[in-house]
Amino acid sequence: MSETSWFTEFPQMDRADLLAIRKTLDGGYREFSRNYGEAIESFFDPILAFLVWFEKLLINAPWLLVIAIIVGIVYGATRSWKLSVGVIASLLLIGYLGMWEDTMRTLSIITVCTLLSIALGIPIGILMAGSNRAQSIITPILDIMQTMPAFVYLIPVVMLLGIGKIPGLIAVIIYAIPPVIRLTNLGIRLVDSEVMEAATAYGANRWQKLFGVQLPLAMPNIMAGINQTIMMALAMVVIASMIGVKGLGQPVLKAITNQYFTLGLFNGLAIVALAIIFDRVSQAYAKRSQRHMGGAHND
Amino acid sequence: MTEPQIKIENLYKVFGSNPESVMDLVHDGIDKNKLLVDTGHTLGLKDINLSINPGEIFVIMGLSGSGKSTLIRHFNRLIDPTAGKLIIDGMNVMDLSQDELLEFRRHRISMVFQRFGLMPHKTIIENVSFGLAVQKIEKKERYEKALRWIDDVGLSGYEDQYPSQLSGGQQQRVGLARALCTDAEILLMDEAFSALDPLIRSEMQDQLIELQQKLNKTIIFITHDLDEALRLGDRIAILKDGEVVQVGEPQDILLNPADDYVEAFVKDVNRARALTVETVMKAPVNRITAETIGEALVQMRGFKSEYGYYVSDEGYQGVVKQETLETAVKDDLVGDDWHEKYYEDVPTVAPGDILEEVIPETLDNQVPLPVVNDEGELEGQLSRAQISKVLSNE
Repeated sequence: MSETSWFTEFPQMDRADLLAIRKTLDGGYREFSRNYGEAIESFFDPILAFLVWFEKLLINAPWLLVIAIIVGIVYGATRSWKLSVGVIASLLLIGYLGMWEDTMRTLSIITVCTLLSIALGIPIGILMAGSNRAQSIITPILDIMQTMPAFVYLIPVVMLLGIGKIPGLIAVIIYAIPPVIRLTNLGIRLVDSEVMEAATAYGANRWQKLFGVQLPLAMPNIMAGINQTIMMALAMVVIASMIGVKGLGQPVLKAITNQYFTLGLFNGLAIVALAIIFDRVSQAYAKRSQRHMGGAHND
Repeated sequence: MTEPQIKIENLYKVFGSNPESVMDLVHDGIDKNKLLVDTGHTLGLKDINLSINPGEIFVIMGLSGSGKSTLIRHFNRLIDPTAGKLIIDGMNVMDLSQDELLEFRRHRISMVFQRFGLMPHKTIIENVSFGLAVQKIEKKERYEKALRWIDDVGLSGYEDQYPSQLSGGQQQRVGLARALCTDAEILLMDEAFSALDPLIRSEMQDQLIELQQKLNKTIIFITHDLDEALRLGDRIAILKDGEVVQVGEPQDILLNPADDYVEAFVKDVNRARALTVETVMKAPVNRITAETIGEALVQMRGFKSEYGYYVSDEGYQGVVKQETLETAVKDDLVGDDWHEKYYEDVPTVAPGDILEEVIPETLDNQVPLPVVNDEGELEGQLSRAQISKVLSNE
């Protein structure tokens, strides 16, 4: 090595040391998953049971009934015949093209992921809105969750829990939960301070303020967050299929490895159809819950 | 004098990372700007002492940055002071526990906000009954009560609308109804009418005065508008840079401003509208009490005027002129006794009349107008010269 090598070449750590670090960390984690893997897995058992039950329910229920329920929800939320007809047509086409079962599997895991993301994300968002310290801690974590390539955090999850629905669920939630947290936080922070002051001045306690004022007024933002969460969950379907989540992702994966363009396209379009249904329903619901925002603004 | 309902004693508010640490400097009288530069703390309120009587409208006025909005938020502890006491009905509000504070806010004190502070997602009736909902009162009962207040502020028929469907003035009526709906004795009004246009504002002022005559609440009213302060206030405190510079009745402030700051304030005020006859009139020096006309003439010559106000045991009788009396004596028409026909045709004014209303009569008459109270007694006399002196800002 020449005298100035540090100038042209980055003075990097000794290879042996680097290897040692990796070995220790990997070994440590492997040890951890060997010792606690089962305990953690059993912790997720109830969710797994629910996931399996819900998937079976959707697959085993008569397809006509499932379509009727979905269209019922769509019409109930949007009050739009056009959209309802579109939904019927796309669901019929999906079934006719042989993707009904996969679509039901995907629908079930997305529904569960979304519900869990909301159940976890909104309280975290509320916590963040209530404390600047919590915000400064949670924000970088959310940044990591959103930018870290999904494959990277799939590794430890798979090491810990093996291949299957639960690791897939965790991966999807990690990827999809940040929007609902961020927008809950933002929505609550944007509530007019004078309105909050008024609530305080009339003696409202923390819960009365939260459920009576903050959450209702943050709802447009929270709904936007939920909408984003659903879209991101759907985008993760293909990646999740790599660790054994059945559904529309697996045929897509197969199409990629075997260069079956049409198979990929059909299943991709089925995912798009699901996305559109979720999106329109959640947006229409958000809009209808904000009736007060209409009306004449005559200041 | 009645006991004050609200007393503020030696109240200080310092904003910053560690307000306690700079209190010694503040007590030593450090300059506000120096405090900010040296320690990064802002002195919001400095040694405030106020006592507010039950049933009065107490106006706190100051320009923006004077600390008035900070001060009013201490009354219900939306802001906690750095030091000092707030005593309401003999109870130190600073000693209340969290739960007691909630109860205090629910039942004893209510507030009207500058930008209304209405809940945009609730209907008018839900907004008005908000204070009762917080108290967990049955829906039926609170709606009944809310409807009555909605009616009282003149918004019947709007109860199922949302705030965004109402105009600014209507929204503030909702704010007022909400504040009155909890039956709290103390009403805080933070620049309540400042966001309204002038016509609506004076309408709302009238409505407040009218309501207050019925309700007799203790009202603390914040404003930056001296005309509004003079119109509403039983007493006014003027706040400057976080300090109270003067407290007094409206005419005190107008006629005896405590310093240059207050004086600059009152310069542009429409005094004719703010002052009453009482505050401008002179003592009734031209009072004639003589029993005969002859004696009256002697008395009149004594105070070197050509007119006088004849007052008998039954109170004020009328204005007489020297000329008329002399003619009467000379012609010996009716003897030496008083007679109605000697009185001049001059109107009387009451001590409580607004100056503006009596200006025309004052100008129409040669002699100063007699000021006569409800009991018919002569209280003073009001001349053109006095009015012009007061109005010309001398």
